[in-house]
Amino acid sequence: MKNDRTLGDILTARGISRRGFMKYCAATASLLALPPSMIPRIASALEGAKRPSVIWLSFQECTGCTESLTRSSAPTLENLIFDSISLDYHHTLQAASGEAAEEARHAAMRENQGEYLVLVDGSIPLGNPGYSTIAGISNVDMLEETVEGAAAVVAVGSCAAFGGVPGANPNPTGAVSVRDLVKDKPIVNVPGCPPIPMVITAVLSQFLTFGQLPELDIYGRPVAFFGQTIHDRCYRRPFYEQGRFADTFDDEGARKGWCLFKLGCKGPITYNACATVKWNSGTSFPIEAGHPCLGCSEPGFWDKGGFYRPLSTGDIGNAAGLAGAAAAGVALGATAAAMARRRQKRIAEEG
Amino acid sequence: MDILDFARGPALQTAVYVFIAGILWRLLGIVMLQKKPDFSQPRKKTGLGAALGTIYSRSFSAPAFKESSQYPKILGYVLHIGLFLVVFLFVPHIVFFQDVFGLGWPGLPNNAIYFIGVVTVGCGVALLIRRMTHPVLRLISNFDDYFSWFVTMLPVVTGLIMPIRFGVRYETLLAIHILSVSVLLIWLPFGKLAHTFLVFYTRGTTGMLLGRRGART
Repeated sequence: MKNDRTLGDILTARGISRRGFMKYCAATASLLALPPSMIPRIASALEGAKRPSVIWLSFQECTGCTESLTRSSAPTLENLIFDSISLDYHHTLQAASGEAAEEARHAAMRENQGEYLVLVDGSIPLGNPGYSTIAGISNVDMLEETVEGAAAVVAVGSCAAFGGVPGANPNPTGAVSVRDLVKDKPIVNVPGCPPIPMVITAVLSQFLTFGQLPELDIYGRPVAFFGQTIHDRCYRRPFYEQGRFADTFDDEGARKGWCLFKLGCKGPITYNACATVKWNSGTSFPIEAGHPCLGCSEPGFWDKGGFYRPLSTGDIGNAAGLAGAAAAGVALGATAAAMARRRQKRIAEEG
Repeated sequence: MDILDFARGPALQTAVYVFIAGILWRLLGIVMLQKKPDFSQPRKKTGLGAALGTIYSRSFSAPAFKESSQYPKILGYVLHIGLFLVVFLFVPHIVFFQDVFGLGWPGLPNNAIYFIGVVTVGCGVALLIRRMTHPVLRLISNFDDYFSWFVTMLPVVTGLIMPIRFGVRYETLLAIHILSVSVLLIWLPFGKLAHTFLVFYTRGTTGMLLGRRGART
């Protein structure tokens, strides 16, 4: 809803110290690859920023993205910053329900026309409008209606960003991403299954600070977080270079924390900040916990041929195809030899 | 389907099919040829021994050419051994073979493979320069020689670029690397690279012929 309190007012009211606030600003500047000179500007902009209205739409999703944000740890400063936006519509978190909930969405759209942010988690089914509805409104209709007056859209999680699990083969609902439908608004994809909470808050902070969205890569992801691969920043990378690998989940290599490439790690082709920002307040990330990266922030990660299949393997075909190729080779070779023999015989007879 | 999915899937699959069909075509086409009847009395009773003898002896220069062929011989050996080590002792490659054949073996550290790869490419470039500058070699070289050199070096070079990247995305480089291997597999049975599987058969046949006629094998 419309409100005049600034983020600075809210944080002060919540007892956040200046030191804690500046620490957050410094971390945000660092994450966004901005120079230290930008920290005061971020602080000043955030302090003076009005709570932006945010409408959070949840479509074909598992609520993991919301869980990631709300349960990251309690309470972190980024949680409070997130609290401090005006989250005017969110199925899971809002108290209102039914018509009152929908009215809250319409009111937020009316009062913040052209200024509000739309955050979407979940993919949108196009196969049949009835596959996923909210208050009798199909996901695609609700998205189009809500996005019309938005300043920008943030697709949270791999389902909203790329179709995710609902869009995986055979995609029974005809699920598509936000970017497949919204063409006339700035869109930031924050993929991941789920995405890192800090990345979402940092994107919002950048929007509050500079009034614009961050630099994006070819998949619409913020370069500051998705500019490097997990492999590039992985603390197990030296083991990869040394040729030391875990062959199984319980062998000596696994116990010694060696590289998980042979166990199917998709780190080399996965662009995300897990290895640097980490999870649960910087505690750990999947590889550190002993599991290979699944590549969840990449388009179509569900259909990449098996989570535990090493990246350097390929599809050389099935037994029937290989046998067919061999049979064709034998037939061609025998035919070539037979033709040569006939020619030899003819020459011998003639000569 | 992105470029990496294409490279690891349909491209590699097609290349392997063509590779298998091509090798069997070439091998059977030669093995099943009509043998010329030889009515002469064999000078020596030789068979497999002469074949193996020639396979071995042709691995070294004949004394008369020892000095003149030393440079390309050394480079050729380093090139071939380097290619073998890079292909079969790089762990991601071993993982590929293990996935296909169910059999794995220990590999070398990546940095050792990178070093061997650079030396291999260096030898390849030196041999190419020699081919292009040596008057006789240049005269007898054709498209097959140059293209075979190109498709052999391409996977090594694309593999060496992967750890450096030059700003290109890893998955794109990996896809290019796999595609370059696919081109190599498709070309291998049909050009001069067919020596990889014909070399022992052709040397053995020559050895048996020479042995029968009483020549040194």
